[in-house]
Amino acid sequence: MAVSNLKCRECDATYPLEARYACEHCFGPLEVVYDHSHLAGGDVGELRRRIQAGPQNIWRYADFLPLVDGAPGPSGRLASRVGLPAGCTPLIRADRLAQRLGLREVWVKNDAANPTHSFKDRVVSVAASRARELGFHTIACASTGNLAGSVAAYGAAMGLQSYVFIPADLEEQKILSAGVYGTNLVAVKGTYDDVNRLCTELSAERDWAFVNVNLRPYYAEGSKTLAFEIAEQLGFELPDRCVVPVASGSLFTKLAKGFGEWQDLGLIEGSLPTMTGAQADGCSPVAQAFAGGQDFCVPVKPDTIAKSLAIGNPADGPYALDVARRSGGSVESVSDEEIVDGIALLAQTTGVFTETAGGVTTATLVKLAESGQIDPDERVVLVITGDGLTLEAARGTFATHEIEPTVESFEALGARNAAEAWAR
Amino acid sequence: MSVTVKLPVQLRASAGGASEASVEGTTVGEALASLFESHPELRERISDQQGSLRRFVNVYVSGEDIRFLEGVDTPVTDGAELTILPAVAGG
Repeated sequence: MAVSNLKCRECDATYPLEARYACEHCFGPLEVVYDHSHLAGGDVGELRRRIQAGPQNIWRYADFLPLVDGAPGPSGRLASRVGLPAGCTPLIRADRLAQRLGLREVWVKNDAANPTHSFKDRVVSVAASRARELGFHTIACASTGNLAGSVAAYGAAMGLQSYVFIPADLEEQKILSAGVYGTNLVAVKGTYDDVNRLCTELSAERDWAFVNVNLRPYYAEGSKTLAFEIAEQLGFELPDRCVVPVASGSLFTKLAKGFGEWQDLGLIEGSLPTMTGAQADGCSPVAQAFAGGQDFCVPVKPDTIAKSLAIGNPADGPYALDVARRSGGSVESVSDEEIVDGIALLAQTTGVFTETAGGVTTATLVKLAESGQIDPDERVVLVITGDGLTLEAARGTFATHEIEPTVESFEALGARNAAEAWAR
Repeated sequence: MSVTVKLPVQLRASAGGASEASVEGTTVGEALASLFESHPELRERISDQQGSLRRFVNVYVSGEDIRFLEGVDTPVTDGAELTILPAVAGG
């Protein structure tokens, strides 16, 4: 067992591996501590082969995940037959996007290719499995949308009850894609931050595993698998830069932690990639703190189309700021209009249709390229965390042409549009 | 002014197992001072050495984060509910 205990990031107080998330002494966040001494100092090639021989999902990285009993399932190799396997999503070379932006090497990590269409399946896989280890019968969450669908689906796949709490004004597509799994869907009249406060209070009153509250230390570790996959898919090499959406700051922070754990073991060489965080102007507490030189975030009331990133009070804000600064990166923000343009640009140059969060990420890369903040020779990975389910945001990015059911009618249209289409 | 302070699970052991406390005060700061008088061990848990709220502590008055109000100077009325919660949830 590689996982040893929980530890406070602020004051180093240690706790057993229970369903707890905040330090009783200073309220700092608790993190999982590992003992990798059995992996260190050995043959790196052997360790790589051990990973490569694992299942085609996040459990190939079980040595770096906080389950006490190891990967779920009859054996590590059979883990893909258990629950709803997440991860091993495509890393796509995006030459047309790179060319458009005057860059040399851009990759798209398409995490929309997870079972419920977002990166949340990674964190929920880990949290739901840990919840089962701890003996919980019910999983729950506070969600901006994607997490709701993931918790509902994992509840269904693993035979656990689920409760998902969402802001009442969430996009209908996100509500449908959670409700279909037979969850208990609770729409709260308020912002995500209100939902989050409610769930924090409820976690003290219910014997439930709130994946992003009392199971948050385990849950958040799941995000590291995105870093592991990026490195493995690049041939155990690091990119020069990652552009990553920032909501709570957890994914951004854990990507850096994942790269660090593999650097420590010699699995990858080089320094931490430059980490660029991406937020929407209408909800940019971390970008504002970065620009202002502060090490804490002042909460905001979100007002943006990027609802999956609409967290006004980011729990990992201080740590995200630290990662951006020590990697030589930054946290940027983009307008709603740039987000829609970003969605269209990614779709029209790579074939990947992302939700608003991916629009934020793509628009941030555009901003870096246009302002010269990026070296054209960098190897860049754009982390796309969710699918274009929020169809509303894509409205106006294209036109539909209505024709008569005749060849003549179609040809008349084609002649007019061919030049336009090829020019893209 | 009598104010009810709802305590998070992380602080209950230091308050004799209670999930809430009844305190006096006309502002959030006064209500917290009153809480620290009756439960001295809570002071260092919630406040830093300068006496400010720790950065991972959130305080709400009737559900609103006091950082959107007037911070510890936020007035509280008789019967108000003040909630203390860890800031590290969500996302």
